[in-house]
Amino acid sequence: MKHLLTTEQLSRSEAELILDLTGRMASAVSGREIRKLPTLRGRTVVNLFYEDSTRTRTSFETAAKRLSADVVNFAAKASSVSKGESLKDTALTLQSMGADGVVIRHPASGAPQRLTEWVDGAVLNAGDGTHAHPTQALLDAYTMRERLGGIDGRTVAVVGDILHSRVARSNIWLLSKLGARVRLVGPPTLLPRAIEDWPVEISYDLDASLRDTDAIMLLRVQHERMHDAFFPTANEYARLYGLDERRLGLMPDHAIVMHPGPMNRGMEIAAAVADSPRATITEQVANGVWVRMAVLYLLLTNGEL
Amino acid sequence: MSTLIKGADLVGRGRGDVLVRDGRVVETGTVSAPAGASVVDADGLVLLPGLVDLHAHLREPGREDAETVLTGTRAAAKGGYTAVCAMANSYPVADTAGVVEQVAALGRAAAHADVQPLGAVSVGLAGERLAEIGAMADSAARVRMFSDDGHCVSDPRLMRRALEYVKTFGGLIAQHAEEPRLTEGAQMNEGAVSAELGLPGWPSVAEEAIVARDVLLAEYVGARIHFCHVSTARSVEIIGEAKARGVRVTAEVCPHHLLLTDERARTYDPVFKVNPPLRTADDVAALRGALAEGVVDAVATDHAPHPPQDKDCEWPAARPGMLGLETALSITVAALGGPDACDWDMVAERTSRAPARIAGLDAHGRDPEPGAEANFTLVDPARTWTVAPSELASRSRNTPYAGLELPVTVQATFLRGRATVLDGELAPVAPPAPRTRADAGLVAEEIE
Repeated sequence: MKHLLTTEQLSRSEAELILDLTGRMASAVSGREIRKLPTLRGRTVVNLFYEDSTRTRTSFETAAKRLSADVVNFAAKASSVSKGESLKDTALTLQSMGADGVVIRHPASGAPQRLTEWVDGAVLNAGDGTHAHPTQALLDAYTMRERLGGIDGRTVAVVGDILHSRVARSNIWLLSKLGARVRLVGPPTLLPRAIEDWPVEISYDLDASLRDTDAIMLLRVQHERMHDAFFPTANEYARLYGLDERRLGLMPDHAIVMHPGPMNRGMEIAAAVADSPRATITEQVANGVWVRMAVLYLLLTNGEL
Repeated sequence: MSTLIKGADLVGRGRGDVLVRDGRVVETGTVSAPAGASVVDADGLVLLPGLVDLHAHLREPGREDAETVLTGTRAAAKGGYTAVCAMANSYPVADTAGVVEQVAALGRAAAHADVQPLGAVSVGLAGERLAEIGAMADSAARVRMFSDDGHCVSDPRLMRRALEYVKTFGGLIAQHAEEPRLTEGAQMNEGAVSAELGLPGWPSVAEEAIVARDVLLAEYVGARIHFCHVSTARSVEIIGEAKARGVRVTAEVCPHHLLLTDERARTYDPVFKVNPPLRTADDVAALRGALAEGVVDAVATDHAPHPPQDKDCEWPAARPGMLGLETALSITVAALGGPDACDWDMVAERTSRAPARIAGLDAHGRDPEPGAEANFTLVDPARTWTVAPSELASRSRNTPYAGLELPVTVQATFLRGRATVLDGELAPVAPPAPRTRADAGLVAEEIE
């Protein structure tokens, strides 16, 4: 594995290897006095972020530092209005500086794949447009494995704005590969067209989708979608697709509630649900660091110890 | 001076010779070479009427870094074209008599192919007010076709008025059919591939809704309409139905829509980004069928050169469009069944006669009859070639066919009896005096 661009490109055994290694990272570091491993000493990881995302950038930075890598944060602007340096020129700059790995977040779908044509180092996709966010899906899968005891045969409902969600796309490919039954729930306006071949079930009715669900994954709804006629009002969205306490009661007792963050409390998730013990939101954040350690380790050492 | 073309396949009329003098055909059949005539051995070659492109972006004036009229018509000649219609989206826009006359003059000076400018329908392609269509029609450029190509004339009232207005001189509107509200932010065909790639989709219905509307408008006001670059199965279905009803509608298809599908977007390489986008295999099959049946009248290149920085970037940042002039004939032949199975008369019809009729270019699209202008192309049906971007005559390199082996090669192109291409290479044409700094640079390079 040279780069991590999508979960679609991972084989089941590669995905399982990453999840196993995630567990080892967690136990290797947890409980230590110095929470750091020497594994990537002398390697340089560049965080190339074209979108503001303190959460994801900090998670990658923490992961790289816990592996003793040198971390360079390269905040760039990708605006069609103020044309800055091109992605290619930035890539050639990083290449000349000798980056061993580039973690890229970009508003354009496919930008990480383009980057692989211009740099020799490993490219790690930290979210591109509405395409993919593989480490988010991996940390979600790891969280499910920890909380549900496995993924194979479990039913996962992904709810909300599938059309614009890179998190949903990455989870669909990964979870189905790991044997889960994936169900997409949302209004037809927020589901992509022509997805008959995707390994998913599709439902427009959230209530009817809850009884057999082992995990529900709520997607952040951007308020601006409202102005584009994807749905009439925030209130109506919350009424039809928000997870409140009544709906939580329709789910099996063991079922967990997931959210990639940042949440819109009162919109896709009620505050009481977000704060309930069934919610795994803070665990997901913690697991994100272990997953990113595992991936950085695999990509930068080619899996050799 | 005279030229004798010996032993060409005269498409439908067997093997024969064509004698050309002073730019016109003087004799066909079995002709012995007059004294002093240059003889072109055309044994095994197919003689087509010179190709006519209804749709090219020659970029001059304004984007001479991408293409000039000179480099664009050199590319045209290499592709077998003797006439090229230049789209109006230059800088400044070709929305006045002055700009269309400038483009026409540049074409005459370049002398590699006849250049027929199109005029814009609306001022600045803004879709608000009619451009001075009458002045462009009356100008030395004699514009008959008007198009806001790159933009749809989406306002139904403006479209109605434009269709009516051009009736005064027998003109026509070439519509870029794209309902803009359905394609905001669109990057590629909307479908299974765009869903997976997370690129905002360009729905086929955005094209079809305008095709359907404008067929009805043209029918209602009794005007001529032409559809640029139709790309979907449903569009050609609507056009076919309209033709059956007697609506005066014509349509063109681009070579890339006859060959490539949206699967190409999986590379995220914007060389495959184009508007209208590459569609599905079902659309490709329907377009090939419509071209063979004549529902689609003509092949047009939508030749759209772009400098490297507009393609060497992430997909959404890239400009849409691809080169087409030098590869169009090969791809058309492939789409019509390949060099052995295709009907060469149909190739001549779709790439030359029909587009010449649509554009009103009477001297082009004519088979070699005595008296006709000697505009034609000699094609080697047996010789394949591999597309090497660096060897193209265009100033730009954004061909989607790099490395692809294509059937048939253009061996020679004659414009009014003078070879613009001979033995597959650009023939030395008396270099026109440099007119722009860009062309001056090009000429200097050649002298080196």
